[in-house]
Amino acid sequence: MALYSEKVMDHFRNPRNVGVIEDANGIGEVGNAKCGDIMKMYLKIENGIVEDVKFETFGCGSAIASSSMATELIKGKPVKEVRQLTNKAVAEALDGLPDYKMHCSVLAEEAIKAALEDYQSRTGISIDE
Amino acid sequence: MIYADNAATTKMSEAAVRTMVSMLEEGWGNASSLYSHGQRAKEILEKAREDIAAVIGAEPREIYFTSGGSEADNQALRSAAAFGRRKGKMHIISTAFEHHAVLHTLKALEKEGFAVTLLDVHENGLVVPAEVEAAIREDTCLVSVMYANNEIGTIQPIREIAAICKEKGVLFHTDAVQALGHIPVNAEDGFDLLSASAHKFHGPKGVGFLYARKGVPLTNLIEGGAQERGKRAGTENVPAVAAMAAALQETAGHMAENAAHMTAMRDRLIEGLKQIPHSALNGDAEKRLPGNVNFCFEGIEGESLLLLLDDKGICASSGSACTSGSLDPSHVLLAIGRVHDVAHGSLRLSIGEDITEAQIDEIIAAVKDVVTYLRGFSPIWRDLVAGKKEFIL
Ligand SMILES: Cc1ncc(COP(=O)(O)O)c(C=O)c1O
Ligand SMILES: [Zn+2]
Repeated sequence: MALYSEKVMDHFRNPRNVGVIEDANGIGEVGNAKCGDIMKMYLKIENGIVEDVKFETFGCGSAIASSSMATELIKGKPVKEVRQLTNKAVAEALDGLPDYKMHCSVLAEEAIKAALEDYQSRTGISIDE
Repeated sequence: MIYADNAATTKMSEAAVRTMVSMLEEGWGNASSLYSHGQRAKEILEKAREDIAAVIGAEPREIYFTSGGSEADNQALRSAAAFGRRKGKMHIISTAFEHHAVLHTLKALEKEGFAVTLLDVHENGLVVPAEVEAAIREDTCLVSVMYANNEIGTIQPIREIAAICKEKGVLFHTDAVQALGHIPVNAEDGFDLLSASAHKFHGPKGVGFLYARKGVPLTNLIEGGAQERGKRAGTENVPAVAAMAAALQETAGHMAENAAHMTAMRDRLIEGLKQIPHSALNGDAEKRLPGNVNFCFEGIEGESLLLLLDDKGICASSGSACTSGSLDPSHVLLAIGRVHDVAHGSLRLSIGEDITEAQIDEIIAAVKDVVTYLRGFSPIWRDLVAGKKEFIL
């Protein structure tokens, strides 16, 4: 039995949307070095749509794979849909994570939420509509 | 594949496999039976006891076979504690970076009323004998200090500590699971109790032994038949014990040449990894096991490092939280003062006797690649490089 599903390993080995968006209008960073996983999400939102998303992650295999999968799930989507993203959806899209690794997928959800809030406070545009 | 996780377990030697298979075929009798087939098993068992005793300069009757290192640690501590309790001595001294087989037993003993002092192991991962002496109280019944640490490989001043304990009349236990077969270990060192495990020296898993100096009273963990002089019940796993003896004789027989080769390879690996910026060796550079290399790399996390090394055919381990399944990184790295941020980025490479220079160079190149790659999208690394955070290493 492998530690992770093939999907997880694929996203871990070839993470999608890695990097930085220089003119991002929503940035969220969650986690801390104490617990071992840190995720940073960069969003470029235009007309209520997440036009671009990139991430940087310090963390384990499932943290990197969750970040990568989460970016794929939200890219090109309207903000109000993105707001609904749950860590369960991220984990399911990865064909599951080991129980003790679920907290890593929670970080992906939280990083996106933090980035949306940052967008709201920068632009004054509500993310609740 | 380059197997660099010999501190986790080792491959059985050919001699050990051969012995085990032939004993499974011939020596399968019950060593307690009186007919000759059973007595043959008994002979094999006792021959193994003699061979093992000879390697560590002990008497055969001082060797008690167990299911491995964990059981031996548990029994050593429980025996000394029971002896102490009978004399009203309920204080135990150990160290902050022992194996969990020791630390968790101490936790249990604390709940049963014992007081435990865990000594500092300092930045270099070494216990200071004078601090052992200073910690000994009137009511101290046991000092337990591992021979060599399983994560950072540091070799402790066992003889000095044993001499202090002897003078103070306190029992001294050492967990020699990582040391035996790799560096000289002998009853002359002065320990009263010692734990060993076969699978760390090319023997089978699930077998080990407890050495107890003559006169040290043992307490049973497992009650039942009269095996092991009544101190450890259960029909003996004769093939595994015989294979353990064969493995130990072989590693001990080649110890000097193996250690010379491995030390040279270890130091080449350390030199190579030091070239990676913002990295640091964990544990003393000299007083360490010939096969142990342990580094921290700032800005990256250990599990992703291990997975990518695995993709390159290299087996290693890490003390990061995400590899242990808990939120805290290795207690050993924390004990030598590594902060969480850095401890998560640790890598242990424990090389074997047959490692080659070409393999060492392959490991160095692979680790450099992977560390650089992971730093490339680490938000911590970005902040460090941008000067928003200060480098620790
Ligand atoms: C220092 C130390 N003590 C005890 C043990 C436990 O040995 P075993 O796996 O044989 O129970 C180990 C092995 O992981 C070890 O490294
Ligand atoms: Zn994680």
